[in-house]
Amino acid sequence: VTVAEILGAIRAGKSSPSETVKEALKRARSADEQDQLNIFLARADRQARDHAATLDADARARDAAQLFGVPFAAKDNISVAGLQVSCGSKILAGYVAPYTATVIERLRAAGAVLVGKTNLDEFAMGSSTENSAFGPTKNPLAPELVPGGSSGGSAAAVAAGIVPIALGSETGGSVRQPAAFCGVVGVKPTYGRVSRHGLVAFGSSLDQIGVFGTDVADAALATKIIAGRDDNDATTADVPVDDYVAALDMPMKGVVVGRPKEYFPAELDPRIAALCERALDRLRQLGAEVRDVSMPHTALAIPVYYVVAPAEASSNLARFDGVRYGLRASGDGLRGMYEASRSQGFGPEVTRRIMLGTYVLSAGYYDAYYRKAMLVRSLIADDFRKVFASGVHVLFTPTTPTPAFPFGSKSDPYEMYLSDIFTCTANLAGVPAISVPIGRVGKLPAGGQFMAAHFDERRMFGAAGALERALGREAHT
Amino acid sequence: MLARLGLTDERAASLTRDLNTILEHMSVLAKVDTSGASEVAGVGAAGMRLRADKGPSVPLHEPPASFAPEMRDGLFIVPRLATHEDTGSA
Repeated sequence: VTVAEILGAIRAGKSSPSETVKEALKRARSADEQDQLNIFLARADRQARDHAATLDADARARDAAQLFGVPFAAKDNISVAGLQVSCGSKILAGYVAPYTATVIERLRAAGAVLVGKTNLDEFAMGSSTENSAFGPTKNPLAPELVPGGSSGGSAAAVAAGIVPIALGSETGGSVRQPAAFCGVVGVKPTYGRVSRHGLVAFGSSLDQIGVFGTDVADAALATKIIAGRDDNDATTADVPVDDYVAALDMPMKGVVVGRPKEYFPAELDPRIAALCERALDRLRQLGAEVRDVSMPHTALAIPVYYVVAPAEASSNLARFDGVRYGLRASGDGLRGMYEASRSQGFGPEVTRRIMLGTYVLSAGYYDAYYRKAMLVRSLIADDFRKVFASGVHVLFTPTTPTPAFPFGSKSDPYEMYLSDIFTCTANLAGVPAISVPIGRVGKLPAGGQFMAAHFDERRMFGAAGALERALGREAHT
Repeated sequence: MLARLGLTDERAASLTRDLNTILEHMSVLAKVDTSGASEVAGVGAAGMRLRADKGPSVPLHEPPASFAPEMRDGLFIVPRLATHEDTGSA
């Protein structure tokens, strides 16, 4: 079900916000209680029904509000007053957010109704939702496989048809990778494009709130609504927001699509490589020029990312110490209380990253790891700057090196980190990126990724929309 | 110590193994020539500006006492510092 279909039914008088929301809540309940998908950590039944009832009575908004009565879900690291924000962690189990994130307020102001908070890897650290303290989410298309992560619950909520749009967060690919695994669209906006007020911080120079959509149009509309300056987030940029929905009609004639060879290594699953080549052929048929380019520092992205992100995480997660909110465990004195609360509250991956981050920031290792990683990061950002300055408008790559994998199949932490290999570059460089379905490997979805220059979401959505139309049903078969 | 995690010896040993493996992959960074590179990440959020230097503009839906583990007279209550505080280890 798409946003356009829901709006069409409501505006034609065939449905109402209350009926639409009631159906979404029913689907959410059924997905978790009958199908055991474990998508939602908390459902917002009462808030959603109350909100829908106020919309029912608002005839004026019906034709004006862009998401009037459209149900949506949000990752459980985005704050909504009166609802839990657990971050998938025992340390915040039962903690109720005391204020509401800007992105939620903007979607609600457009008439959208929040139906629940979705599962995630603890503090958004992971690529499969297996690191959630509340059990993993199952992939709705193949329940024996992971949905990807860390925003796996939000991807699954859209893939299962519970909601047409959902919010996630990205630090290294946590929207695009699960979107690819679940066969939906996933967007990471430019760093500074969308307010993070109300998002629990993980890696502050990398984090962005992103959007899942059933199709490119839904994702473009939701991104347009949440984008723009917010006085409550000083890192949002004063850059005008383009009409991303109008951009979907952008002609591809004359558009230069870069194909960076480093994103098509010999080890890439050949079936995914073939789907990417088919997508590039379709773009050529639409009149685009596909140009081979090189981004020589791409292979360094994972080592850089896994120095920078844990360093920032170790600092951001220092606030969880049992003093002001969350879990408090008793220990010997103040330090004993800190240590008991944190060791009981954090799971293995979060502990690993806090230790790694603390190590790379410590005196004696700072220059060798953190400072060096920041220097190499600037080389990765330069690769993007140079390729876009050379006349390339968008880059096209696979989103992930493989399709969804079985639960428990990646026990080595570094092997799991490699799931982010094609996505974390956009976070390191701050550029916008989108994953769109480009076909199936057997029954499993594969994603293709477009990346664009800073704040050029318009062209990114334009290319993604054109490819979606050109592939038609092939994108999902 | 800095991470304030209070790990058991067994957990610390397995974590050390994990971290050594991960850091081995990071060693590739040392070989990269970064002589011309600048440390500024350059994530490109042009046009950032600072907000006015005043308190948060967002009123809390619930008072801190509703979510704090322990609070009295508007203050967060924490355990006393132990006397052996400085000899403890992470």
